Amino acid sequence: MVKANLRSPARPAGDPGGAGEPARGTLRGAIRGPRGARIRRIGLPYLLLAPALIFELLIHLVPMIAGVFISFKALTQLYLANWQHAPWAGLGNYRIAVNFNGAVGQTLLHSFVVTCAFTVLAVSISWLFGTTAAVLAQDKFRGRGVLRAVFLTPYALPVYASVITWAFMFQYNNGLVNHVMHDELGITSRPTFWLLGDNSFFALVVVSVWRNWPFAFLVVMAGLQTIPRELYEASAIDGAGIWQQVRRITMPSLGAINQVLVLVLFLWTFNDFTTPYVLFGNAAPQNADVISIHIYQASFLTWNFGEGSAMSVLLLLFLLLVTVLYLLVTTRRRSSA
Amino acid sequence: MLSSATRNPGAARAPRAALAPPRSFIWTRRIVLTLLTIFALLPVYVMVSSSLKPLQDVTGTFHWIPAHLTISPYIDMWRTVPLARYFVNSVIVCTLAAALSVCIATFAAYAVSRYRFRGRRVFAVVVLSTQMFPGILFLLPLFLIFITIGNTTGITLYQTRTGLVITYLTFSLPFAIWMLAGYFDSIPRDLDEAARVDGCGPLGALFRVVIPAAFPGIVTVAIYAFMTAWSEVLFASVLTNDTTRTLAVGLRDYSTMNDVYWNQIMAASLVVSVPVVVGFLLLQRFLVSGLTAGAVK
Repeated sequence: MVKANLRSPARPAGDPGGAGEPARGTLRGAIRGPRGARIRRIGLPYLLLAPALIFELLIHLVPMIAGVFISFKALTQLYLANWQHAPWAGLGNYRIAVNFNGAVGQTLLHSFVVTCAFTVLAVSISWLFGTTAAVLAQDKFRGRGVLRAVFLTPYALPVYASVITWAFMFQYNNGLVNHVMHDELGITSRPTFWLLGDNSFFALVVVSVWRNWPFAFLVVMAGLQTIPRELYEASAIDGAGIWQQVRRITMPSLGAINQVLVLVLFLWTFNDFTTPYVLFGNAAPQNADVISIHIYQASFLTWNFGEGSAMSVLLLLFLLLVTVLYLLVTTRRRSSA
Repeated sequence: MLSSATRNPGAARAPRAALAPPRSFIWTRRIVLTLLTIFALLPVYVMVSSSLKPLQDVTGTFHWIPAHLTISPYIDMWRTVPLARYFVNSVIVCTLAAALSVCIATFAAYAVSRYRFRGRRVFAVVVLSTQMFPGILFLLPLFLIFITIGNTTGITLYQTRTGLVITYLTFSLPFAIWMLAGYFDSIPRDLDEAARVDGCGPLGALFRVVIPAAFPGIVTVAIYAFMTAWSEVLFASVLTNDTTRTLAVGLRDYSTMNDVYWNQIMAASLVVSVPVVVGFLLLQRFLVSGLTAGAVK
């Protein structure tokens, strides 16, 4: 630094000002610079981060801690105005939530099972659709760019606008699905109620897959671009067909991507509130009563925030446990393979 | 409309490359990609075609081709529910949330990108992990905290646009910081060192060198933040009232009418989709690389 400044007056051509004034300015800046910068260097990053931290604390961290606090309180309607003073409930809320003989525990368990089945089904189909599309569209062909834009439409539309359209399509009298299945193809002998009763589960899976497979497509497509072309060329010289290439080169190379992709899809689908809420409204049918809707209704219809918070904390613990186990198992398998 | 969707040009023709794939592969590709195109575009077709039908055509059996075309749903939808008010609310809330989110994220990303400080990794992990928690976990206490803040300090956050702006800006913040830090990393450090030598402070270097150089990235992040806020439903359903309601919740009002005007619902859905779809298509390339960067690295 000092050496550079000693040299700088010696080359006037490099200095657009030409006069001595700016050169002295840089010299002074260089001498004062390091010490001042060191002091600022310690405080400045934290100062720059402060606004972000404050808002994250206010909206995420403090409410989360408050949520854990509330889950140990008997916080009902009566104490909403001064919730800090609600009586302690100890583990009472948790005991009610996991008591599977009681009504609350029983419906919570049912909702949990429904959510698990829904998540497994929706995530696997989304992953399958996305990966298939990405692998098939890996090589260039005419219209590939257009196709990519088309595939991203479900992802680009606001969730509530597209899910309300699906709700219309699933209507009993005037919906597209019944028209196609019953009137045109004759698969069903009578129109089906899609948003009520048992079938609501499948309606939810269809809409969720429609929403999420483009994300899988996007991520896998990005992953495919990191596979070196030479691998394909070399295998082609060795006589490998395209199906063999897909099986032997493409799929194994996607291991790391899939690890993250499946986890993200799992967390999104498990926590998804918007899709069932817009599809079914306030009264989700029994077979589509996923956990986010269940907790929402348990909290805001009965105003029993203590129980609602206890359920949320249990949900969080479950998600943490699954995430950690998943990462442990998949990482070990990948490193040993 | 549908026939043009099924006869997709992309799936229909494959070029004769040096290593031409076998016919079985080409046919699989045609069939699978065509089916997926139909699946992806079906709701879009229903939305567009139904929004142009008169009411009696959407209450009876569904028809693929509209028998009568009308634009009256696009006129009537503003009167059935206060859609204009919801629209204005959404625009205000989302614009403010996006603008604030980008400002805050720019400073934070500059720190993350240009400084090595204690707690840097912890910050990254904490910020990103907030993304995986279920929203419902924050919602109940946040609702109570907003009410308490209102009662004790007089700053009303519950059922106001301010409360929603603050909430939404934090939703896009982690990702905005992450993406912007990536953009800033790609700007050579020599540039800001040169500015520093010319007498700029660290903030001067940020404003005069880094921000102009990363401007496309900053616009991308702003649009991402806007889109995130535009689509949020859970918090909007609890933290707003009749006057501050956003589109995300307001669209539900149509379904609570005695007669469900499905043609108007479809018209309104289409109109509220336009801002985000346009934004998405404009920035597709940037968003795609940004969204997937984390997963690929």
